[in-house]
Amino acid sequence: MSQDLLSHLPDNQPVAVTTRRSVSRDFLRPYIMIAPALIVFLLFFLFPIGYMIYLSFHEWNFISPEKTYVGLENFKRLVADPLFLEVIRNSLVYTFLSVFLTITISLALSLWLNKKGWIYSFIQGAVFSPHIISLVSVSMLWMWMMDADYGLLNWFVEKLGFEKVPWLTDPKFALISLVIVSVWKSVGYYTLIFIAGLQSIPKNLYEAASLDKTPKWRVLTKITLPMLSPTLFFLTIIGLINSIQVFETINIMTGGGPVNSTKTLVYYIYENGFVFFKLGNASAAGVILLIILTILTLIYFKVLSKKVHYQ
Amino acid sequence: MPKVQKFLNGICLAFVVVIFALPFVWMISTSLKTLGETLVFPPQWLPENLVWQNFLDAWNSGPFLKYFLNSVIVAVGILIFQFATVIPAAYAFARYNFPLKNFFFAITMVTLMIPAQLIFLPVFLNLSSWGLLDTLWGLILPFATSAFGIFLLRQTFKQVPEEVIEAARLDNASEWKIMRRIMVPMAKPTLVTFGLFSFITHWNDYFWPLVMTTTDQSRTLPLGIAQLRQVEGGASWNILMAGNMILVIPILIIFFIAQRQIIRAFVYTGVK
Repeated sequence: MSQDLLSHLPDNQPVAVTTRRSVSRDFLRPYIMIAPALIVFLLFFLFPIGYMIYLSFHEWNFISPEKTYVGLENFKRLVADPLFLEVIRNSLVYTFLSVFLTITISLALSLWLNKKGWIYSFIQGAVFSPHIISLVSVSMLWMWMMDADYGLLNWFVEKLGFEKVPWLTDPKFALISLVIVSVWKSVGYYTLIFIAGLQSIPKNLYEAASLDKTPKWRVLTKITLPMLSPTLFFLTIIGLINSIQVFETINIMTGGGPVNSTKTLVYYIYENGFVFFKLGNASAAGVILLIILTILTLIYFKVLSKKVHYQ
Repeated sequence: MPKVQKFLNGICLAFVVVIFALPFVWMISTSLKTLGETLVFPPQWLPENLVWQNFLDAWNSGPFLKYFLNSVIVAVGILIFQFATVIPAAYAFARYNFPLKNFFFAITMVTLMIPAQLIFLPVFLNLSSWGLLDTLWGLILPFATSAFGIFLLRQTFKQVPEEVIEAARLDNASEWKIMRRIMVPMAKPTLVTFGLFSFITHWNDYFWPLVMTTTDQSRTLPLGIAQLRQVEGGASWNILMAGNMILVIPILIIFFIAQRQIIRAFVYTGVK
């Protein structure tokens, strides 16, 4: 607003009149321009993180005005809680399985679908489309497809000669079912990023290889994969960061069950905070998530600054 | 390619399309069935008669007009706020040198790595003490700017040649005018890309409204659809799928119109 007013002043006024004013104006301008964004960051991102760390050292139930300082008590209780250990285990299994499967499948798809022609761009679009659909719809659609009695998936399973699978109602299968949904949703996104990575590999490397009559698999292992390693690394870290925060599919499809088999870290925070009102517990679990995310981010920036490739 | 290989390639392509498109087809087909037609095994592929009534039943089972309008207000409101805060911040980071610039930019980059799933609890407590819980402001303000947007747009602004700006300065254009008349039009493709990304993300969002709202007054469409399960009972899949179509169709329409921009928008987040 103040800039709007200032912009009415012509910029070439006599020097004596404007120097002081325009110097302070020029000095302040960038700060005024970044201020709105920074205020939002402070209020809604940085300050809350500090508040969460503060709460993790306190006992509080949201209703009473008292916040009692309890030191590391919340963390000790978490580590001693068998449910929390199961939650961590579930989160890790879910994260590693979905990242491993998504990366492997999308790498294979990208090597295959990285071709010109409308068929290939159509298929790239089709594979990508689940990525822009709300997780609500993705979850409900797959709940319906995984319905034990009338679901489409069990029809395929029976066609292949197996027994119907209780996808979401058996503790043995529920977490795997959620992994399947996450792979289905994100594989197209990863594939397109891999394709972008493949297309940025200099063509002359391949020309040299074909002059030398290098066999195809050697081109793949000696040129394509090494040159793709920055993309591979980036997607692995992004995948880990995203999967460790899984919540929506669980909230809609299983509610953490059956018998806690799909309870993960963010679900645990949500439940402790909003259902049991144990804010100290929830905050301590939040701090553990913060530590995990910080480590992943630091690895990312560390390796990024060294650059992961061989040229 | 030899013929056999070409044939096998074709089969594999068809298989991939089936895996990714069939669930959507199944959703559409289910949304037009009678309840009885959903409760048969082996499944019936297509409905006998198209039951459009399912859409009305889904829409009328709750204040869906309210949910829909809330969703529009939130997604568009966020977009407007983000443009208003992201453009000047990105411009300042790209074109000016000022003390503590790197520090402020580091704050921006740190924020880029903080997900909603990490901070929802303390933000919930703050919003509740500011009286913003269960209001549309509580859904809009935390996303009133975007670190990703600042990052993206800064790159674009940096690429504008210095001569263009110098020429404008020689013509006595004010800094504000340079930003509005020269930089923003030149950054239009990036702004479209970012706008699509932001709109789709917040239109689809379920987590934040789930945590920050408690009444229908401020609930958005994804929440309303998820609640259909309680209203309609968990097994009325025809009506549940019809409800989800209402949520998915706008996004699919945008996707068909602007497929290339949308793919670029989302893939941009991957190739920095």
